[in-house]
Amino acid sequence: MMYHFIVFLPLVGFLIAGLFGRSIGAKASEYITSGLLVVSAVLSWVAFATVALGDVEVFTVPVLRFLDVGGIQADWALRIDTLTTVMLVVVNTVSALVHIYSIGYMHHDPHRPRFFGYLSLFTFAMLMLVTSDNLVQMFFGWEGVGLASYLLIGFWYKKPSANAAAIKAFVVNRVGDFGFLLGIFGLYVLFGSVEFSTIFATAASYLPAEGPAEHSDTVLNFLGYALDKHNALTIVCLLLFMGAMGKSAQVPLHTWLPDAMEGPTPVSALIHAATMVTAGVFMLARLSPVFELSHTALTVVTFVGAFTAFFAATVGLVQNDIKRVIAYSTCSQLGYMFVALGMGFYSAAIFHLFTHAFFKALLFLGSGSVIHAVSDEQDMRKMGGLRKLIPTTYWMMVIGTLALTGVGIPATIIGTAGFFSKDAIIEGAFVGHNAVAGFAFAMLVIAACFTSFYSWRLIFMTFHGKPRATADVMHHVHESPPVMLVPLFILAVGALFAGVIFHDQFIGEAYNEFWKGALFTLDTNHILHDFHSVPMWVKLAPFAAMIGGFAMAYLFYIRSPEMPKVLAERHRGLYAFLLNKWYFDELYDFLFVRPAKWLGRFLWKKGDGWLIDGFGADGISARVVDVTNRVVKLQTGYLYHYAFAMLIGVAALVTWMMLGSSF
Amino acid sequence: MSGVPILSLVTFLPLVGALLILLIRDDGDAARRNIRNVALLTTVFTFAVSLLIWIYFDNAEAGFQFVEKAAWLDSGISYHMGVDGISMLFVILTTFLMPLCILASWESVEKRVKEYMIAFLILETLMIGVFCALDIVLFYVFFEAGLIPMFIIIGVWGGKRRVYASFKFFLFTLLGSVLMLLAIMAMFWQAGTTDIPTLLAHDFPANMQTWLWLAFFASFAVKMPMWPVHTWLPDAHVEAPTAGSVILAGILLKMGGYGFLRFSLPMFPLASEFFAPLVFAMSVIAIVYTSLVALMQEDIKKLIAYSSVAHMGYVTMGIFAMNEAGVQGAIFQMLSHGLVSGALFLCVGVVYDRMHTREIAAYGGLVNNMPKYAVAFLIFTMANVGLPGTSGFVGEFLTLFGIFQVNTWVALIAASGVILSAAYALWLYRRVVFGALTKESLKGLFDLSGREKVVLYPLVILVIFYGVYPAPVFDATTASVKALINNVTVSIDAAQTAAAN
Repeated sequence: MMYHFIVFLPLVGFLIAGLFGRSIGAKASEYITSGLLVVSAVLSWVAFATVALGDVEVFTVPVLRFLDVGGIQADWALRIDTLTTVMLVVVNTVSALVHIYSIGYMHHDPHRPRFFGYLSLFTFAMLMLVTSDNLVQMFFGWEGVGLASYLLIGFWYKKPSANAAAIKAFVVNRVGDFGFLLGIFGLYVLFGSVEFSTIFATAASYLPAEGPAEHSDTVLNFLGYALDKHNALTIVCLLLFMGAMGKSAQVPLHTWLPDAMEGPTPVSALIHAATMVTAGVFMLARLSPVFELSHTALTVVTFVGAFTAFFAATVGLVQNDIKRVIAYSTCSQLGYMFVALGMGFYSAAIFHLFTHAFFKALLFLGSGSVIHAVSDEQDMRKMGGLRKLIPTTYWMMVIGTLALTGVGIPATIIGTAGFFSKDAIIEGAFVGHNAVAGFAFAMLVIAACFTSFYSWRLIFMTFHGKPRATADVMHHVHESPPVMLVPLFILAVGALFAGVIFHDQFIGEAYNEFWKGALFTLDTNHILHDFHSVPMWVKLAPFAAMIGGFAMAYLFYIRSPEMPKVLAERHRGLYAFLLNKWYFDELYDFLFVRPAKWLGRFLWKKGDGWLIDGFGADGISARVVDVTNRVVKLQTGYLYHYAFAMLIGVAALVTWMMLGSSF
Repeated sequence: MSGVPILSLVTFLPLVGALLILLIRDDGDAARRNIRNVALLTTVFTFAVSLLIWIYFDNAEAGFQFVEKAAWLDSGISYHMGVDGISMLFVILTTFLMPLCILASWESVEKRVKEYMIAFLILETLMIGVFCALDIVLFYVFFEAGLIPMFIIIGVWGGKRRVYASFKFFLFTLLGSVLMLLAIMAMFWQAGTTDIPTLLAHDFPANMQTWLWLAFFASFAVKMPMWPVHTWLPDAHVEAPTAGSVILAGILLKMGGYGFLRFSLPMFPLASEFFAPLVFAMSVIAIVYTSLVALMQEDIKKLIAYSSVAHMGYVTMGIFAMNEAGVQGAIFQMLSHGLVSGALFLCVGVVYDRMHTREIAAYGGLVNNMPKYAVAFLIFTMANVGLPGTSGFVGEFLTLFGIFQVNTWVALIAASGVILSAAYALWLYRRVVFGALTKESLKGLFDLSGREKVVLYPLVILVIFYGVYPAPVFDATTASVKALINNVTVSIDAAQTAAAN
C-alpha cells in the first residue's frame, strides 16, 4: 500500500492541478502538489530504510492488468528492490524540493497550476519508470518523462526558441526510443518474456561457460544475419543502449540537452540534471544481468561514456550562458556514469547518479536563484560581483562546485559527495579490463580537470570581480526568499555528506547486504575489489586534475581577466569550434533535417503529384472526363454511373449463379 | 438474447431514422432542428442498442455469434448476419462515432440538412452491414453501396475542389471493386456457395488462391489505402466536411483491414503467405514515404490524412505478420486509429468552423485563448504519435512486436516511423497551437463550446482508458484471432507437407 502511495500521489497531484487548477487557484495547486510530493518523499525514505538498509528481498506489487497478447505478458506492477528504492529516494526528494522551490521561483508566472501539474506528471512518469517490473511499463515511464519534458521545456510557449527546443528534445529522444523498442523486441526473442524476473532467470543460460556446441545455435535473425547467443545479446544490448543514449544525452544523441535549458530553471534541476537524464543509467543498471554478459556492448558503452565526458567538458569550457555550462556539465557527468557501467561497475554508476542528483540540483537551483536575482539574465558576461549581494546563494553554489569537482583528501574518507563517487569511477576505469579502459581513464582525468575549470569559472564570472550588469539591474539584486533557500540547504547537506555516509553501502564493505543482488555481476568481475587497490598516483590523478583546473580558472578570471580573450583570439578556430559545440547541430541539420524536408517535398510533389496521380488517377480521369462531359452533367452523372456499374455487377453475378445452378 | 435479431436491428435502425426524417417536409428552422434531433436520437439509440451486442458477446467463443440466416436470393445466396471477435468491435466503433458526427455537423451544415442527415444515416446502415454480413454477396452490396452516400457527402457538402476529390475517390475504388466482383464470381463457381462460414472452411487450390487474393487485394488496398494507391485519400479528406472525414478515417479505411482479416488471410492462406513480402514492402514504404510527405504539408487536414496512410501501414504489416501479436495489434490499431484520427479531424473541424481555413499558416498561438482545445488536441496528437498511455501505443507496439519476429528489416524500417510521426505531429501542433497570439483574426476565438466538449471529451477519455487498460478489447478479440491464426498456420503447414511429399 505504501508503494502505491509513493507512486500514485504525484499522479493525484497532477490530476488535481490539471483538472481543477483554474477553479481552486494557483496557491492551492502549489500547496497540494508540493504537499503530496513531500509525503511521497518521506515514504520513499521509509522504503529505502526498510528495503535497502533492511533485509527485504525483491518483491512485486501488482497494480492492474495491461497486456497479455501473443506471448507478451506485461502488467502494471511495481518491482521493489534496493535499486528501485535508491531511485525513489532520488526522484521524490529532488522533486519535492523542486516543487517547494518553484513556489518562490515561479511566483510571478500566471500559469502556476499548469506548471505544478506538469512537475507532478513528470514525477509520476519517472516513478513508473523506476518501479517498472517489465520493459513495456519501463517504456511507458520512459516516454512519459519525455512528454513531461517536452511540455516543460516548452512551458513558455510564446517563445519560439522554447518551442523549437521542446520538439528537438522529443524527436531526438525518439531516435533513441527507436533503438529501445527494437531492443525490447530482441530481448523478447531471446528470453521469451518482457518481464524482468523471467529475463534475469533465463539470462543465466547465456553464460559464456556453456558448451560450445549449443552456443553457436542461431537464436536471432537480425537484418539477414543469423546470430548466435553471444552476438545476438550484443546487438540487443546495443539497441537498448541507443535508447539510453537518447535519454541520457550521450554523443551523438546529446544535442537536445543544452537546448532544453529553455525551460524554467527548476525544470532543468529536476528533469535535466537529477532524474530524467539518469534514466538511461538506471536502465543499464536494471538490466545488468543482461549487459554483464556482453563484453562487446559494455566496451561500446565505455567508449561512448568516456567520449561524452570529454566532449561535453570541452564545450563547457567556453559557454557563457550560466545554465548551459551546467547543462554540459550534466552531459559530461552522465558520461562518467556510463563509463562506470561499461566497466561492469554498476554500483559506482548508481552511486554517482545518487550524489550527482544532490549537487547538480543544488547548482541548478542555485543558478536559478542567481537568475532570479539579476532580473532573468542568464549571460555570465553580464554578471559578476554578486558575492556580497547574495551571499547565501553564493555559498550554496560553492558547496555545489566543491561536490561536483570532487574535493576531498585522497586516500581518506574526508570529502564531498563527488569525491567518493567520481573518484571511484576514475579508479574503476584504471583497473577495468576492456579494450578502451585506458582511453576512458585518460578522458575522465582530463574531463575532471575541465570540470574544475568551468565550474570555478562559473563561480568567478558570476560572483567575483566587478559587476558587469547595468546599474539598474544591480540595484534590484536581492537574495531569494526562504522558500527557495531552504531546498538549497537540504541539497547542500546531501552534496556534502551523501558520499561519506553511503559510500560503504553503495561501493564498499556493505555492498552485498545493501544491494541484495539487485545489481548483477559475473564471478569474474572483480572491479569492486580491485578499485580499492590502485596505485597512489591514480588516486592522486583526479585530485591533481581538480587543483589544476581550479588554478587555471583562478588565473584566467581573477588574476588576469584579459587572458581568456587573448587566448580566444590566438586560437580562433578552436574557440569557435568549442563555442559552436563541435558543430553537431549544423552537421545534423545538413545530414538529416534538410534532406528529410527535401525528400518530403519531393515525394509529395513528384511522387504523389506527378508520378502516381499524373500517370494514374488524373491521367485516366482526364480521358474519362472528356467523354463523360459530353454525356452527362458532372456531379450526378458520376453518381448514377457508379450506382449503375454496381447494379450491373450484382445483376451479372446473380445471373451467373442462376445459370450455374440450373446446369 | 437468443431470438432477437439484434444485428439486423442495429443495422437497420438508422434507416428507420432516415425514413422519419424523410417524412419531415417543412424546410424552416424548426424543421431543421427536428431533423437534427431525429438524426441524433436515432444514432444515440443505435449506439445504445449496439452496446448490448458487446455486453452479451461471449468472449470465449471463437465462431460467429448472434447469427441470423434467411433465404434471400435464389441459389444459396442468403441474408446471413453474425459477428465474431474480429468484427464485433468495429460495429461498436461505427455506432459510437455516428452521434459524434451528427453533433459535429450541428451548426456547420446549413444547406440541405435533410439530405445530409439522411445520407449519414444510410451510410451508417451500410457500414454496420459490412461488418455483420456473413454472405459474400451481402458483404459486397454493403461494401460498395457505402461509397455512394460518401460520394454524395463529399460531392455536395465538400469544399472548393469537391468534384475533383469525389471523382478521384470514385475512380480509385471502382478500380478495385470490379476485380473483387470477378473474384466473388469465381469463388462461387469453384466452391458453389457465397456463404462466408462455408467459404472459410473451403480449401481453394493454390494457384486459384493467388488470383483471388490479388483481386481482393486490389479492392482492399485502395480502401486501406496502401501506397501507391493512397493519393485519393488526402484529396477526399481535404474536401470532405468534418463529419465526412471522421467517417472516412474512422470507419471506411478500416473496411480494407477488416477485409484482409475476413477474406484474404483465412480463405487464401497460401497466397497470403506468398504475397506477404509484397505487403510488407508496400507497408514500410507507406510508413516512411507518407510520414515524410506529411512533414511538408501546409494544410492541416492533408497532414492528418497522410499520417492516416502511415498508420494504416502498421495495420497491413501487422495483419500479414500472421502471428497473434501482429493481428491483435492490427485490430487494436484500427480501432484506436478510428478514435484518434476521428478526434483529430473533429479538432480541425472546431477551428475550421471558426476560421473557415485549413491553412496551417493561418493559425498559431491558439493555446492563449483556447486552452481546453489545446489540451484535447495535445492528447490526440500524442495518441497519434503513439505515446504509451494512449491507445495509439498499444497497436503500434504490438504490430512492430509481431513483425519483428517475422522480419527484422521490416521492423527496423517501420520503427523509424516512430521518429517521423513525432516530427510531423509535434511540428503541426507547434504551428497551430503554440506561439504567441499575433494574428488579429485569431484573437476573437472562443474556447470549446458545450457541444464541442460533448463531442471531444468522450474521445479523450476513451483514448487514455484504452491506452492504460486495453484488456476489454483483447478479451473480445483473442478467441477469434487465435482461431484465425491457427487455421492459417494449419493450412500453410499442410501445404508445405504436401509439397514436401
